[in-house]
Amino acid sequence: MIPFDFEYDRPGTVGEALTVFRQLDAEQKNPMFFGGGTEIISMARMGNVKTGAVVDLKAIPECRVFEYDKDRLLIGSALTLSDLVEAKRFPLLDHTAGRVADHTMQCKITFGGNLASTIIYRETVLPLLLADAVVTVATQGGLRDYKITQIFRERLQLPRGEFIVRASIEKRWLSAPYIHVKKTKNEKVDYPLLTVACLKADDKIRMAFSGLLPYPFRDLQWENLMNDKSLSFPERAEQISALAAPHLLNNLDGSAEFRKFVLNNTLIKVLQTLKGV
Amino acid sequence: MFRIKEKSILHLNVNGEDREVVARPSDILLDTLRNQLALTGAKPGCENGDCGACTVIVDGWPIKSCLMLTAEAVGKKITTVEGLKNAPVQKAFIEKFAFQCGYCTSGFLMACHALAQKHPNPPDYVIDEWLQSNICRCTSYEEIGEAIRVVLSQKQ
Repeated sequence: MIPFDFEYDRPGTVGEALTVFRQLDAEQKNPMFFGGGTEIISMARMGNVKTGAVVDLKAIPECRVFEYDKDRLLIGSALTLSDLVEAKRFPLLDHTAGRVADHTMQCKITFGGNLASTIIYRETVLPLLLADAVVTVATQGGLRDYKITQIFRERLQLPRGEFIVRASIEKRWLSAPYIHVKKTKNEKVDYPLLTVACLKADDKIRMAFSGLLPYPFRDLQWENLMNDKSLSFPERAEQISALAAPHLLNNLDGSAEFRKFVLNNTLIKVLQTLKGV
Repeated sequence: MFRIKEKSILHLNVNGEDREVVARPSDILLDTLRNQLALTGAKPGCENGDCGACTVIVDGWPIKSCLMLTAEAVGKKITTVEGLKNAPVQKAFIEKFAFQCGYCTSGFLMACHALAQKHPNPPDYVIDEWLQSNICRCTSYEEIGEAIRVVLSQKQ
């Protein structure tokens, strides 16, 4: 049971969502956009979040799109992670989404909700960072397209009252060689000790991580080392691990030292699987 | 736009029937099913989306009803364990002794039933992934796995 009341709004269009959010904000109701709602509900139950209104985005057709438009795949923010997994259109995203929480939760968590999560992992952003995704945002001035790196730095950086409508990916990335590795402390269903997602294109490996730092990221310096043909696979892994070591998370899920060990071994596996460069 | 500002009469479709409930916008589906409709098959366990004891099927997908607002369920088709009515998976659970205390059973039944409907011929890893959503503290996992495989084999 959630120990306080709030208003529930389910707009049917982008315009309605923006308008109702603005009205609720003016009424001092501290509204929140609501995707799958798993995080809001669980945190509200515990008293860790308080709101006077939620604006459910799942009935907006533009947020439910999952189709090709010329040379791009459009992925609506209100699709559930199960929708992504079942459709099998972007294998790296399918695998990433399929390892977030457990299967039944994937039937409720939305793509946009995972990107906007306050929990630090936000793993579905990894394929977007690698594939130079373009994200369409609903703003008071209409729909606007941004490069993923313009609006996602450590976490989603959108002005209050704006929300993600969809992401789009160039088709060429959908069939690129990839690998996704998620390591957890113990159980398969858990937060990541580390998650690494990689795409290979033009003979270069792109890689992005979650679980190592308090936010997901892609680091070009690490990528340059990963693609440095003058180094052996273990040398590349060791140098990246050394760079990472001072910054690694050190918590109950795993010590920084253990994360460094796992990172080193995982990078070697990635290089072997993708046949290096 | 669908809007609920306060405690209101809501219309839900549960187990094929249109039902009226009185719910606050912040009410959880699990509580509404149990307290207003006396459908107590969905069990409160962790109430945090971890255990799966409260699993119901919404528009064909297994959903943890502790993490769904009642208001969200308006316009959707909800199936609880009471709506299965001698489904093959229930028979298989009995034949394979796939429960001990029984508290998690309705949640497992719903996950297994949804799996059989969505994926009549799934590879083993898909069965494992779907079943990892539910916890049985009596550890009947082996028997539960056997039961769902019996149902799936009958579908082939």
